Amino acid sequence: MQKRVIITVVGKDTVGIIARICTYLSEHQINILDISQTIVQEFFDMIMIVDTARCDRAFSELADDLEKVGKEVGVDVRCQSEEIFDMMHRI
Amino acid sequence: MISKYEVLQTNHMIEDDNLDVRTITLGINLLPCVVDDLDRLCVNVYRRITGLAGNLVKVGEEIEKKYRIPIVNKRISVTPIALVGASACHAPEDFVRLAETLDRAAAETGVNFIGGYSAIVSKDMTRADELLIRSIPQALARTERVCSSVNVGSTKTGLNMDAVRLMGEIIRETAIATADRDSLGCAKLVVFCNAPDDNPFMAGAFHGVTEGDAVINVGVSGPGVVKDALVKARGAGFEELCETIKKTAFQITRVGQLVAKEASARLGIPFGIIDLSLAPTPAVGDSVAEILEEIGLESVGAPGTTAALALLNDQVKKGGIMAGSSIGGLSGAFIPVSEDQGMIDAAERGALTIEKLEAMTCVCSVGLDMIAVPGTTSAATLAGILADEAAIGMINQKTTAVRLIPVIGKDVGDIAVFGGLLGRAPIMPVNTWSCEAFISRKGRIPAPVHSFKN
Repeated sequence: MQKRVIITVVGKDTVGIIARICTYLSEHQINILDISQTIVQEFFDMIMIVDTARCDRAFSELADDLEKVGKEVGVDVRCQSEEIFDMMHRI
Repeated sequence: MISKYEVLQTNHMIEDDNLDVRTITLGINLLPCVVDDLDRLCVNVYRRITGLAGNLVKVGEEIEKKYRIPIVNKRISVTPIALVGASACHAPEDFVRLAETLDRAAAETGVNFIGGYSAIVSKDMTRADELLIRSIPQALARTERVCSSVNVGSTKTGLNMDAVRLMGEIIRETAIATADRDSLGCAKLVVFCNAPDDNPFMAGAFHGVTEGDAVINVGVSGPGVVKDALVKARGAGFEELCETIKKTAFQITRVGQLVAKEASARLGIPFGIIDLSLAPTPAVGDSVAEILEEIGLESVGAPGTTAALALLNDQVKKGGIMAGSSIGGLSGAFIPVSEDQGMIDAAERGALTIEKLEAMTCVCSVGLDMIAVPGTTSAATLAGILADEAAIGMINQKTTAVRLIPVIGKDVGDIAVFGGLLGRAPIMPVNTWSCEAFISRKGRIPAPVHSFKN
């Protein structure tokens, strides 16, 4: 069964944001299900839906790690369990 | 699959509109602690609370992280202490020791408030009830986190006017005992009619005797989200207005349901109810008054306020009920003055009076809440206000509550500052015509005719 997590990335655009985040995800067996990414006036904005069913890190570690990875390239990365969106937007 | 728009909408509500879960409240039955020796009772109470609630704050923080939704308060409610201490406490001072025990247990578990320093005296008072009530001023002066409530009436029993009169005196004594802190003790003292057993919101939370050994109740909030949604419905008809409130209340309550179930599973404690309330905070944009103004009032307090609030309260319930598996507590819109920037502004500009607030309480979830009045207000006048509000609850078969703060040394034109979520309040004028002769009558006001339903 999938364990979906929503990753939101916001910040100033620079080279290698997606690469850094995807590298981390692949290192920890996290599968990307969907990516939506735009750049508006030099601002990078990405939402990823990933499956963490086989991930070797606990949720809070994953969230902390990705926040750190984001900081290294100057963007704000946050993880949220998909359930909150399901609850609010699906009956 | 979840769309980008849905992710952005949810995160916008959390970041810009102050969407949060207001409280996870752990209700604890303290009756198994009862012994007739006060020292042993205090030890039992402390152990039971710290044993059951040891992980509450930690679990709350883990859930916050998982969903990135703030859970503002983690709290505890306990069995009314008048029952717990009945055989061990023989003087008000004995009950104060129990209050201090509750305070220490709350500090140890890291919760900011513990509710249940309470007596349920809807019909009459036991000796223990009276001792507890008389201990309230010292209990609230000597503790930091303890909240107290007294239920003085119900639709089924009528109003216990001896308790109402006594509570007028107790509110004054509490104000005097905490005069150095703008009479802060009164902000932690609620007088109820028809108090629910499962209310997770402070200061009126207690774990009623109809409850099990332990229960998780969750209070949701989100006035900022409703306000923001209504901006988009400006000028629309009532149908669209109501639809917008219902949809938003549904979404807010679903978050509460998610958090409640997760907290219940992680703590291994059954889930009780969601209290689907719009609970304001002093933060800008987190105001019920602003919703009413967005609906079309120049200022809350203007003619039309009661109707707008009735509409709001009802739509919040209609939207929220479908979102939660079990709804209870107070459920509706809260209108505390000091905790809502829009209410504070309206009171300061003279648009909002206590009489208008009283009318508003006929159609909203609770009652006269966090209202600062002159420090010179007499015990009889305070009791008169309590009786009026309790009568509204009794006749309308709804919960009403009063949290009045007669701020010692301050008068109309001054501001009382309580700090944190309790906010600040302009002192509001009180009708000074006397009700002394009415309040000094002994006995109770009988239950209304429509309570005889059997």
